[in-house]
Amino acid sequence: MNYGFGQALLDSVVGILVVFFALVLLMCIIKIMTAIGDSRAKKNAPAAAPAKAAEPAPVQAPPKKLAPGTAGEVKLYDTDPRTAAMLMAIVADELKTPINELRFISIREIKEEA
Amino acid sequence: MQHILETLGRLGSTSGFTTMTWQQLVMIIIACVLLYLGLVKKFEPLLLVGIAFGALLTNLPGSNMYHPEMWDAYIAGTMGVGQIIHEGGLLDILYIGVKSGLYPSLIFMGVGAMTDFGPLIANPKSLLLGAAAQFGIFAAFLMAFGVFGFEPNVAASIGIIGGADGPTAIWLTSKLAPNYLAPIAIAAYSYMALIPLIQPPVMRLLTTKEEREIKMEQLRPVSKTQKVLFPIIVTIFVCLLLPSVAPLLGCLMLGNLFKECGLTDRLSDTAQNALMNIVTIFLSTSVGATAVAERFLAPRTLFIIVLGLIAFEFATVGGLLLGKLMCKLSGGKINPLIGSAGVSAVPMAARVSQLEGARANPSNFLLMHAMGPNVAGVIGSAVAAGFLLAVFGG
Repeated sequence: MNYGFGQALLDSVVGILVVFFALVLLMCIIKIMTAIGDSRAKKNAPAAAPAKAAEPAPVQAPPKKLAPGTAGEVKLYDTDPRTAAMLMAIVADELKTPINELRFISIREIKEEA
Repeated sequence: MQHILETLGRLGSTSGFTTMTWQQLVMIIIACVLLYLGLVKKFEPLLLVGIAFGALLTNLPGSNMYHPEMWDAYIAGTMGVGQIIHEGGLLDILYIGVKSGLYPSLIFMGVGAMTDFGPLIANPKSLLLGAAAQFGIFAAFLMAFGVFGFEPNVAASIGIIGGADGPTAIWLTSKLAPNYLAPIAIAAYSYMALIPLIQPPVMRLLTTKEEREIKMEQLRPVSKTQKVLFPIIVTIFVCLLLPSVAPLLGCLMLGNLFKECGLTDRLSDTAQNALMNIVTIFLSTSVGATAVAERFLAPRTLFIIVLGLIAFEFATVGGLLLGKLMCKLSGGKINPLIGSAGVSAVPMAARVSQLEGARANPSNFLLMHAMGPNVAGVIGSAVAAGFLLAVFGG
């Protein structure tokens, strides 16, 4: 096999281009996949909202109390502070993360419809 | 008394102590040094210990565990696998898994089952960094061929050390240059273990302190559907583009699908634990067995060790330079240090990026950002190996 340096150089250039081509192709596919996923999520979001609106809107309880030890950030809906504290402790334990490194926005009790 | 002396004489004449050559003694010392590096210095112990012990076994005179001449005959087409199983030693039989590409592919299945491609899916630009870091493979290939005078197929196998991916290096070398399997595998795994020493000087040389201090935005969340679709899509597109890479990449993605689909937890667990451990034992000892004295102790082994280091350095440079370019183009939103993680070596290279970033700015957390290029490097090095096999494997 008469294989010279010029040919090796050419093969190297083609090789790195093939690697780039394959990975750029994957990048494009991931971007398309993400865009499709995002658009589906957006479509589902407004579709879900009117469906809810059609039902008799449940009266949302105003935020009443703040859970202890949260620097006044977490809002509680239909949840007592004791349950909220317990839930936050469980989440922190499951995530193996100190509770002061977690940020809870709100806690709401989900009531199943009869 | 006469009988006892005769028996002892016979034992003495067949003993390894009297039949040992100086080359075998040197190899036993080298094997012990590698054992020291694996056991005491903790250089990739899971693989290096097996490789070193395989090298030790194969160089014990009279052990008859591995016969390189049989494998030469196999390559020449004068001996079949059946005859090797019948006449060969234990390590010959184990080596069939290397020769057929079985072990590296199964290891890749375990790697896939342990890998989270989430950071890569969250930031697809990471793939570019994974591609740029493969520059080391082709730079080392050119140097091995043009400067050191290696044959093209051997030069390609040496170049793949720059992929910093042990199974890929073994897979390609067993097909292109099986006689060089031991030095290439040892170089690949040794340098992977030395990444925390090899990469930081280059990283500091090629980046400014301001660049190293850049904090990157939090990655977006990735849905389960995306994680499940990813291995399927990658397999279809990459294996259609480069069919020669299908055994490696296919197994990598199958392992990942086991992990992500959520329905095959038992299979995922087996792939990443039991199967991976069994195959690691077989792979490492049989690769080590190829370090036969008369083949390993040659100037070319030293050249391979030097070229392996060059490959790693160029791979780091490739990733960093593209990282710097992306940093400029993004207006300083990308920390170029994550580029060096594109050399594969999961997760060591990503950890090095994290450590260097944190050294410049203690509140900098680059690990998840570096995992993207890191796992992209695994795909990139597999693609590069597939390309080299397609070019030089014919």
